[in-house]
Amino acid sequence: MRQVIDQGGTGSSRRSFCARQGWRLAALGIAAIVAAPLLLVFSGWLQPEGEVWRHLADTILGGLIVNTLLLLAGVGIGVLLLGVGLAWLTTLCEFPGRRFFEWALMLPLAVPAYVFAFVVLGVFDFSGPVQTFMREAFGADSGLPNVRSTGGVITVLVLVLYPYVYMLTRSAFLTQGRGTLEAARILGLGPWGAFFRVALPMARPAIVAGVSLALMETLADFGTVAVFNYDTFTTAIYKAWFGFFNLQAASQLASLLLLFVALGLIGESRLRGRARYHETSRTSQPARQPLPGYRAWLATATASLVFSFAFLLPLVQLLIWAWSVLAEDMDGRYLGLLGHTLMLGAIAALLTVSGALLLGLVRRRHPDRLTGSMVRVATLGYALPGSVLAVGVMLTFTGLDNFLNLLSRLIYGTSPGQILGGSLFALLMAYLVRFLAVAFGPIEGGLNRIRPSLAEAARTLGATPYQVLRRVYLPLLRPGLLTALLLVLVDVMKEMPATLLLRPFGWDTLAVRIYEMTSEGEWERAALPSVTLVLLGLLPVLLLVRRSGYGHSRGRKA
Amino acid sequence: MKRLIQTLMLITATTLAAPVVSAEQIVVYSARNEHLIKPVFDRYTQKTGVEIKYITDKEGPLLARLKAEGANTPADMLITVDAGNLWHAAQEGVLAPLESETLLANIPAHLRDPQKRWFGLSVRARTIVYSSERVNPGELSSYEDLADPKWRKRLCLRTSKKVYNQSLVAMMMERLGKEQAEEVVRGWVANLAVPPFSNDTKAMEAVLAGQCDVTIVNTYYFGRMQSKDPAIKLALYWPNQADSGVHVNVSGAGITRHAKHKQAAIDLLEWLSSTTAQEMFAGLNMEYPVNPEVETAPQVQAWGDFKGDDTNIAKAGELQTEAVMLMDRAGYR
Repeated sequence: MRQVIDQGGTGSSRRSFCARQGWRLAALGIAAIVAAPLLLVFSGWLQPEGEVWRHLADTILGGLIVNTLLLLAGVGIGVLLLGVGLAWLTTLCEFPGRRFFEWALMLPLAVPAYVFAFVVLGVFDFSGPVQTFMREAFGADSGLPNVRSTGGVITVLVLVLYPYVYMLTRSAFLTQGRGTLEAARILGLGPWGAFFRVALPMARPAIVAGVSLALMETLADFGTVAVFNYDTFTTAIYKAWFGFFNLQAASQLASLLLLFVALGLIGESRLRGRARYHETSRTSQPARQPLPGYRAWLATATASLVFSFAFLLPLVQLLIWAWSVLAEDMDGRYLGLLGHTLMLGAIAALLTVSGALLLGLVRRRHPDRLTGSMVRVATLGYALPGSVLAVGVMLTFTGLDNFLNLLSRLIYGTSPGQILGGSLFALLMAYLVRFLAVAFGPIEGGLNRIRPSLAEAARTLGATPYQVLRRVYLPLLRPGLLTALLLVLVDVMKEMPATLLLRPFGWDTLAVRIYEMTSEGEWERAALPSVTLVLLGLLPVLLLVRRSGYGHSRGRKA
Repeated sequence: MKRLIQTLMLITATTLAAPVVSAEQIVVYSARNEHLIKPVFDRYTQKTGVEIKYITDKEGPLLARLKAEGANTPADMLITVDAGNLWHAAQEGVLAPLESETLLANIPAHLRDPQKRWFGLSVRARTIVYSSERVNPGELSSYEDLADPKWRKRLCLRTSKKVYNQSLVAMMMERLGKEQAEEVVRGWVANLAVPPFSNDTKAMEAVLAGQCDVTIVNTYYFGRMQSKDPAIKLALYWPNQADSGVHVNVSGAGITRHAKHKQAAIDLLEWLSSTTAQEMFAGLNMEYPVNPEVETAPQVQAWGDFKGDDTNIAKAGELQTEAVMLMDRAGYR
């Protein structure tokens, strides 16, 4: 790759060299923006907090770590089975309702995890309608499992997080094309053999990206586990912060979380080794295997079950609750909330996806260690609990503000006050820091499947780097880019802690409204903004399905 | 697409810069929910023409922000919902002491900072709620009594991670001493029918559904359930009437050290402690006014009079860290 570029550059001027390094510098800039709040978190170690640590180690820390590991294992296995399984069914098999489930199974993405958690508790807890009905019908022992348990939390998280794996794996399966799998079958592999020995390994980068997103979100989650009062490592972070008023100790704990994630990611890439998965040729839509007899209906039943629990159930319950408060809570301000939510989501999605694309391309061009670690740092933000990250970003910008004010006082004798803190810019940067990993996953997955020789050929044929980007990479990356845009857009719209802390005055979003209601336990009144958010989240999904034939390369040249 | 991007960039550019704050306004950072402060602020704006800008968030992040912004902060006032948080804000040096006769006259001494950096604006009583079907109020007496083995498998509690319970236990430590308070908390944990709930409403629903018989909640949560179902089979009990009184906490406010509109903010704070504002401030959330001159709402009055704990609530802040550690040791999640 590098040689090709260098060959292409033999006759070129210094300017193109600068342009090349310029991109790399831009990537470095993005990494620095992400790294600043992370470094602030690590700087918590400058001030030892022995007492808090001793206390935590003596009392709750052990249990919290066990809880967290259980949760990680459960969620990891769950999203893997559900995400990959459903992606396989909808892309490579034919069963009744397949065309509907193909996109419908992405919809649970629009349901914020904390909202889903309180719906599940409301419906299935001891005092909820289901158990009450069972008790009345069958007596005291209804035989239903207790939802406020490890299993309950895992189920909830799996149902809200599997779409990450589903979407990423799906676009991987779709771009694998017919040829590879057909070749495998011709060479004597059965359907299972083809799946496990060809399709799965080829989709591995995408699957890993999806599962690591789900696991990072699990590690960083506080909202869902708080609704269940299930204590994890983040509980210790918030306890140190809010209970002991000790932000230092909280950062120290949070930095361990980051370290854990970084080690996990490095470990995975070591295991993957130097294997590379490029498709040999692009063909049309892979052939779908019609499932025989009862198996087809089994597939339909599974997909329906997942769809009903993860999407219909919360939607219907939220609609019922929202209806009961509609008259008193619905007012003109909802239009503003909607506008802010959409606008922040759209700008942040474009910004973040562009950043991720830049990182992906730069890493492809410069496969050296430095660039590699730069990219790795840039995608760590997702593993930090939202509030901790928000404070990190806030500290970065107020620090800059204080510096600028000092400078201005020295030079002009006056200080302008707040410049970046409390600005929209700071909020957008926070979204970038948090969701770069989300955008990077699908883009990296897409890039990995593009053979380097394609770009090399284009360069040899005289295309400029810009032309290579526009005419080779972008078209081939389309499914990945759309997935990335969608994921970030929906994630930003759901995001709560950074929005709360960094929004400029008056920039309330639907998530802010949900916070206002849930923080005082008014679940029913939180339903109206929640259901609005869910419906708003459907919009981009449907739009992508319709307009771009998301994932359907049928009849189109990709 | 290109046009969309251009439009977005234009919007971004015009809104990027932080807004300029003009003279006739006050900026508030509030941990009290928007729907509980906005109507009061709107009334003030109507009356005086002073515009009030605010952002809401949890105390922790707001305080971190206030501290980091230092002299550049746009905030003039900080509102929180728990005395522990106010105490901590004062401790961090972000609040300025005030000399105001009005505030001293309107707010009882135990509901404000002895050093005059923060002032309670509404009182929330954390009391016992029981099932009126399965509990005879004669069985109840005090918070400590809920540790008695007769309540085994009959108690529900909200999580110890909520600051309301941390303050309750902190005040108990002040009253009973560390050892005895820890005994009580251990007793509570032993009596739990089910693991602690994430909020007061869920705990009451559990009592209603028969999972347990008693719990401890802030009265306004009970008020909300009662408003929805006036015939609800739950009742309030005022504990410790023979000794310390019911545990009370405040939602309150202070003026920031680097306030840009200090006098305007003090005016607002004084107004908030006045008769007109108090009725609304407390009434919006079925809390009790701090100003003893002000009548409570009829629904709240119907719950009866009680003797509240008159220890200065600053203690709740001072002892919060120890209280959290105590609850961790006792296994109260």
